[in-house]
Amino acid sequence: MTTTTVPVRADTKSSPKKRRTARLLRGRGFDVARYGVLTIVAAAILAPIAYAVLGGFMTNGQLVGNPVSLPSPWIFTNYTDVLFGENAGLFWRELLNSLIIAAVAVTMTVALASLAAFVFARMVFRGREAMSMLFTLGLLFPSAVAILPLYILVREVGLQGNLLGVALPQAAFGLPLTIIILRPFFKSIPVELEDAAKIDGCTTFGFFWRILLPLARPALATVTVLSIVGTWNAFMLPLILLNGQDQWTLPLGVMNFSTQYSSDAARILAFTVMAMIPAVLFYAVAERQIVSGLTSGSVKG
Amino acid sequence: MTIILFLLPALGLYLLFVLFPVIQAAHYSLFSWNGLQPLTDFVGIDNYTRALNSDVFTGAVLHNVFLIVLSLAIQIPFSLFLAVLLNRRFRGRAVFRLVFFLPYVLSEAITGVIFLLILQPGALLDTGVTAIGLGGSIPADGWLGDMNLVLITMFVIISWKYFGFHMILLLAGLQGIPREIEEAALIDGAGRWQAFRHITLPLLGPTLRVSVFLSMIGALQLFDLVWVMTGGGPVNASDTMATTMFKAGLKGQEMGYGSALAVILFMFALVLALAYQRLVLRRDIEGATTAFSG
Repeated sequence: MTTTTVPVRADTKSSPKKRRTARLLRGRGFDVARYGVLTIVAAAILAPIAYAVLGGFMTNGQLVGNPVSLPSPWIFTNYTDVLFGENAGLFWRELLNSLIIAAVAVTMTVALASLAAFVFARMVFRGREAMSMLFTLGLLFPSAVAILPLYILVREVGLQGNLLGVALPQAAFGLPLTIIILRPFFKSIPVELEDAAKIDGCTTFGFFWRILLPLARPALATVTVLSIVGTWNAFMLPLILLNGQDQWTLPLGVMNFSTQYSSDAARILAFTVMAMIPAVLFYAVAERQIVSGLTSGSVKG
Repeated sequence: MTIILFLLPALGLYLLFVLFPVIQAAHYSLFSWNGLQPLTDFVGIDNYTRALNSDVFTGAVLHNVFLIVLSLAIQIPFSLFLAVLLNRRFRGRAVFRLVFFLPYVLSEAITGVIFLLILQPGALLDTGVTAIGLGGSIPADGWLGDMNLVLITMFVIISWKYFGFHMILLLAGLQGIPREIEEAALIDGAGRWQAFRHITLPLLGPTLRVSVFLSMIGALQLFDLVWVMTGGGPVNASDTMATTMFKAGLKGQEMGYGSALAVILFMFALVLALAYQRLVLRRDIEGATTAFSG
């Protein structure tokens, strides 16, 4: 009985203990419970979203009387009103504002952070680590801390009520995470490549622009996607820095719509679902990048 | 020269819109100021003593602490449990992961408004609770109107939105642990729980600590959901440091006092970050960067 040297599977019949070990290794017997738990949690996640989508097709009477069922009859006016009705301009305006702010902020964050990460990754100079630490600091404290002085600052430079007044701070707040993710990627590109490019007459910027950035495309995709999610959902900054409803972004619009039509729940749900669609579509397309970005950013420090 | 040209834009933007405002907050906090007139009424630390003597603000601090404790005691273990369940190949795994993470990409405003409607008296939740025979447990003032319940309701919604994020982090951590180590323990006769407790959990330490830190910072700066759903009410029962700061500064025209609250919030975050750095993070970051470049 020299069982210690024999592979496990060879003698599963020998003792109950060995059988148990083999079962644990295969991981059978847990699958029903596993699926059960996961399905319940998934249902709890999806239920509120399903309620919102279906509720948008209901009358308010049905929403109050019989919310746990399919709409009967299906009402389409809640949704069509949001998109094409009398006040539809507001929804489209908010969508446009969100797009403008996201486009400006994300472009700036990624462009400026790439330049900075390039310097931190590939150049040696006095104070480099201290300066890099300065950016890391930005990750550690809540952005709410800066919000009141930011309000004063943006007012003083005349950007209050201007979409740019939101996009610029938004871009600034996105810098720390983006730099932290990009730096190791830039660092991993071999020095020999840079030397070869220089010998062939490439300037530093030429190397950065024509060789390094194309090579770092996966990392750039990741930070872009993360930056889009962050900017798109931002709430506090636009809440404070924008003043009229023609400047609102979608999150502000959703909140405001819900207070304005507080007695018309079906309509609020329809509006909210419409406002949700861009984020969900984006998630469907970029799920991989979002997940890999967050895990590389956080797990790997 | 290149260094300056490349670094300056990022540094300028960052200094102007992130660091400078934080320093300004410390400056403003020493004045009684409505945000409009010249900054002349110096009051020293009066704003701070006022904050510490304010029941509304100290209450808000306790609410933040309460949410941090709940997050660590319930949300993180729950996320870890689900990550363990998903850390194995099986049919449908990708779908579950996709679903669990979905709420993370929805904005707080959307999340808040949907739950606001679900929680209204007589709406979806009440109907569901009544249907399973627990109608008697529905609070008379509503799930968000009950002073003792509102924070717990809020916590459930926070968990709905964020557990998927922590689960994904922890799952990535779990996947970085070679399966053979746990298998070796099982072969040596360890039970599944023992193997998890003594092998997997310690190896997951770095990821777990990052998750804990992010969870604490998140609970500390909670604003959006509260603002959309209750505005801090009923009667300040769901106010957080960030909502009291916002109300003081922008609704109450008390920029000086609001800035003092911001500085206190900053202190909390700083102490948290320093303690964290000292206790655990240094080791983790070193390990992670060497793993990265190696």
